[in-house]
Amino acid sequence: MKKIINTIIETIIFICGILSIVFVVLIFGFLFKEGFAFFKDYNVIKFIMGQFWYPDSNPALFGILPIVIGSILVTFGACLIVVPIGIMDALYISEIAPKGIRDVLKSSVELMAAIPSVVIGFVGMVTLVPFVKNLFDIPTGLTAFSGSITLAFMAMPTIVTISEDAIRSVPWQYKEGALALGATKWQTIRRIVLKTARPGIIAAVMLGIGRVVGETMAVMMITGNSAHIPNSIFEPVRTMTATIAAEMGETVRGDMHYKALFAIGLVLFVITFIVNFIADLFLGKNKNK
Amino acid sequence: MIKLSPKLSQKLSYLILFLATILAVIPVALIVFIIVKNGVSALTWEFLTSMPKDGMRGGGILPAILGTLSIVMSAIFLTLPIGVCAAIYLNEYAKDNLLTRIIKLAIVNLAGVPSVVYGLLGLGIFVMFLKLGVSIIAGALTLSIMELPVVITTARGALNSVPYSFREASLSLGVSRWQTIRYIVLPNALPGILTGAILSIARISGETAPILFTAAAFYIPYLPHSIFDQVMTLPYHLYIISTQIPNMPKNVIFATALVLLMIVLTMSVLAIIARIYFRKYRKW
Repeated sequence: MKKIINTIIETIIFICGILSIVFVVLIFGFLFKEGFAFFKDYNVIKFIMGQFWYPDSNPALFGILPIVIGSILVTFGACLIVVPIGIMDALYISEIAPKGIRDVLKSSVELMAAIPSVVIGFVGMVTLVPFVKNLFDIPTGLTAFSGSITLAFMAMPTIVTISEDAIRSVPWQYKEGALALGATKWQTIRRIVLKTARPGIIAAVMLGIGRVVGETMAVMMITGNSAHIPNSIFEPVRTMTATIAAEMGETVRGDMHYKALFAIGLVLFVITFIVNFIADLFLGKNKNK
Repeated sequence: MIKLSPKLSQKLSYLILFLATILAVIPVALIVFIIVKNGVSALTWEFLTSMPKDGMRGGGILPAILGTLSIVMSAIFLTLPIGVCAAIYLNEYAKDNLLTRIIKLAIVNLAGVPSVVYGLLGLGIFVMFLKLGVSIIAGALTLSIMELPVVITTARGALNSVPYSFREASLSLGVSRWQTIRYIVLPNALPGILTGAILSIARISGETAPILFTAAAFYIPYLPHSIFDQVMTLPYHLYIISTQIPNMPKNVIFATALVLLMIVLTMSVLAIIARIYFRKYRKW
């Protein structure tokens, strides 16, 4: 009797294991199917290189260049802010901070990840956006710049926690060796710890980028949602994620516009998959050491 | 360039690193402070327990709270058993072959797929293809698919942290594999799995993009009757009243944000405390 129960349970576990994979394959098969359906009716080159996103004009134009540039601009700006601060943060928390405040700092950074993006978007709208508008004296504060600042802080927890893991996994012998040679603690951190932890830190940055590219609600509320190619970072932009979220409600299920949004979803999926894959490679490298 | 003495440069660098850390922590405190300060005046018992009025400008947010609760609970109920079983399979049974490695890689990468893409999938598969319509069940299924990789990863981490010697000791006594897992591995991994589950609940409570086109309704004047109804949800409601409704009283928006924030932060803090508590009483 026990044996039968045993076998039944193990079979269930096995099925669940397989089931989760089947789900995944099915789901992404579906995304590919819907995305590629669009390319049957619309030229891929025109989709990727097209400079105009006018889904409602006649004939409708589905060029994603403006929104891809929007995404890149916001992501790049966010990285400029978050990468240096995040790495310094991780160094301070793991190497320098006194034990007492270490957990407090770490938990506060982690709490940022828990705040829903729609809440961050709302607070950004009522505080950061008017601030940016007044500071630079521009017609609207809903700009790529405001989006970058917001996203920088949303990616902070990812970058800090993963870099911190990498820094902490540097063997203590390396540090003691440097210290024994008369290096100061800071010299050891800069020349030895940072260098050894580099693959892990790169992985952290990649994962942070993945988070920024995929962020939807806060970006939609803060960047102004204007699907044209911007001249500077102080203009409204629209990202790929925001385009999907903002326009899906207006489409007729199954029409070209609907399929075009699935095609954008496919592009997003491919981008984040590549970014995560690279991060995974670097994380593996870190572990092998 | 002036060359600083090593000692001075260390002091300077530490100061800069400290300032950077403060810079990263301040926004969290600021966001919480701003929301509490502006929202607490409108946060009354009536606000939590009554229906919206005057085109959502007055009244309460009861349907949004209940909607979020029903979607999140259904989602976690769907994803937790499957996720934990999959984790047990991957960590305890699966051999280290190509298939397993592909599965692990897929799970890691799926956790990074943007939530709005899951929203698209939910719309395509559950709402359209399976004809569930925009409903609680479609939203819950979408969120559970989105959360599955995270649940599997955290559960695997918890299982993996149980020392291998525990299993060997049990197996060497002639106990079967499943019994070892059931009586030795799972009880020791349970705290980790539970902490992960709480964090998952917190995370999906605040998600907006996946339920945007699968479950959320702009405004519904009654409470949901079945899982096939559309519902109002807290995050979507917050999005709507802060962007789409003109002349919305600010303190009502802040109070809505405050409710959402309290739900999510309570859960996160609970998870952090649980983690610290369980670490203290760990048997290894």
